[in-house]
Amino acid sequence: MNGNDCMTGVERIRSAIAKRQGDATAAFMPYVLLGFPSRMESVAMVQSMADAGADLFEFGFPFSDPLADGPTLQAATHKALLNGTTTRQCLDIAKELRDAGITQPFCAMSYYNPIFNYGPARFIEDAARAGFDGFIIPDLPPDEGEEMEEACREAGLALVYLLAPSSSQERVELVTEHSTGFIYLVSVLGTTGVRASLPDYLTDLVALVRANTDTPVCVGFGVSNGTQAAQVASIADGAIVASALIDTVLGPNGADAVKCLARKLAQGAHGH
Amino acid sequence: MVDSMQAIFSADDYGVHYPDSRGKFGPYGGKYVPETLIPALEELEEIHATAMQDAGFQDELNSLLETYVGRPTPLTHARRLTEHFGGPEIYLKREDLAHTGAHKINNALGQALMVKRILGKNRVVAETGAGQHGVAVATVCALLDMECVVYMGSVDMARQAPNVFRMRLLGADVREVSSGSQTLKDAINEAIRDWVTNVPDTHYLLGSALGPHPFPVMVRNLQSVIGREARRQMLDPSVGPGQLPDVVVACVGGGSNAIGMFYPFVMDPGVRLLGVEAGGRGIESQKHAARFADPKMGRLGVLHGTRSYVLQDEDGQIALTHSISAGLDYASVGPEHALLRDRERAEYFYCTDEQALAGFELLCRQEGIIPALESAHAVGWLPELMSDVSSDDVVLVSLSGRGDKDLDTVMAELAPGA
Repeated sequence: MNGNDCMTGVERIRSAIAKRQGDATAAFMPYVLLGFPSRMESVAMVQSMADAGADLFEFGFPFSDPLADGPTLQAATHKALLNGTTTRQCLDIAKELRDAGITQPFCAMSYYNPIFNYGPARFIEDAARAGFDGFIIPDLPPDEGEEMEEACREAGLALVYLLAPSSSQERVELVTEHSTGFIYLVSVLGTTGVRASLPDYLTDLVALVRANTDTPVCVGFGVSNGTQAAQVASIADGAIVASALIDTVLGPNGADAVKCLARKLAQGAHGH
Repeated sequence: MVDSMQAIFSADDYGVHYPDSRGKFGPYGGKYVPETLIPALEELEEIHATAMQDAGFQDELNSLLETYVGRPTPLTHARRLTEHFGGPEIYLKREDLAHTGAHKINNALGQALMVKRILGKNRVVAETGAGQHGVAVATVCALLDMECVVYMGSVDMARQAPNVFRMRLLGADVREVSSGSQTLKDAINEAIRDWVTNVPDTHYLLGSALGPHPFPVMVRNLQSVIGREARRQMLDPSVGPGQLPDVVVACVGGGSNAIGMFYPFVMDPGVRLLGVEAGGRGIESQKHAARFADPKMGRLGVLHGTRSYVLQDEDGQIALTHSISAGLDYASVGPEHALLRDRERAEYFYCTDEQALAGFELLCRQEGIIPALESAHAVGWLPELMSDVSSDDVVLVSLSGRGDKDLDTVMAELAPGA
């Protein structure tokens, strides 16, 4: 298909990020909430992001109690659940996207309970079959990740752990040791959502993480426009954007506006 | 004198000391939280350990428990209730007589004192369901001069209006949560979001024996004053029957009054420990909060940082619960209860709304005590219990709170349209 078939999920993610690694460039990783605003629209949004220059995808699985998320994603996940979106359906949507020819690596972003309920080993097996390359689980720190890590290792898929501005040296060491694919660096204390500017300490924070690992560092939470994406690109390996895209898709001319924003984010990240 | 905490912690409870260093109660518990919060939890673990061994801290806490909270709370021999059933002697542990009208103050005071004295944090956020925990937190924040924000679901604010006013009188900033089911679980989500955002100067004062480690053990330790006092009072012939109870009954929402009552009795093998969950409109109706009683919806899961039994749908989405009692209206249960149940050290039953209301009325008429609707679940189980005990048994009931806050709800139920 795309020559990537013999690679593991971890390798596909690393390779997609490596293609954009540079002094002023980074990978652009948009977040698309599956089943939102509807199943069809989320599929169309992925296509549109891919056209706009997405290097990897983060696919949100809706959960009833998203405690790491701000108002935008809370409302959106609530809507996705009202639409009847289930974990199984999210896997099916990913499969559909693969069949439609989307080749970028897919990371599933899910809270832990739906995965735990599905059965971690079975979930990873089914996710691998659906075309997923890795997982981001905001309420699963490495302290509780043993079962997922083992299953991911066997499947060659990435289990991406998070770091935050509050993380101590010990936590940075633990997370960098266990995280595969990349490190998800949460840029601020708080929940997901659009912010006017990125914090000043971000450069030092990225440097602290880099001092402990060669694994790529992607920055998320609060990245919302092309300028911020370019800022992230100057210090990190990837820019993850969620709430700004969701806010935009809900606004006037949502589909066109979100594609336009994605283009600007991609350009910012890619150093154009 | 308030019973000292030291004695209980030197004991090697029931074979193994739970939780382990990772906060696990066997397969339950743990620390399922965003990375941002891990340092705060580690810090809390440290100050909890420090506080437990610090004589100065213990003296200050015990002195406030005695002179401010009004501990020890009495043990009441419920003579007319005993006569009513014509069976075992019934005793009530009167947490309803603690300052602010419920056991919640034991935990609120302990945690607030810890973070203020040892960490120097001066801002506290809390969730509340029935409002009793919120009132307790607002109270200790006034006492200790701390800033207080309480998150409460819109549904709960409507059904517990007097407590909302009470919290505001005490200087708390009560914030309405209108997301999700607009009850306790959503208030917890919002309190956690606030904590994640403001973690350097803010403590999350969780009100029940659940959430990520070290909350379940910390809350249990602070609430175990209930069981320590009750045990001593039962054994003292000048106050109680001069013997250990044969059965201890407590209501279980998150499970803090129950674990506080049970824990000091766990090593007494002759004492049966019974927890009563909220059966709402019955298990089949799916409108309840009986995590242990519903094999379909009540399964092992992870909610709010801890692994325990969770009411959820087939897809792992958290179920909407129902109980006439806001304080029991929650989808999960403290991890130590799940372990006690597995080890068959405690048994769990449920009372429907109707049974709880019957218990509520019974205690009003027979003893002149208006119980909280939460506590009314423990009383409401007594008719069922009677067929299961002998007449020379002694039963101890945890009366976790008073019912003034519930009068509107009860009026609507008992005299609709009146």
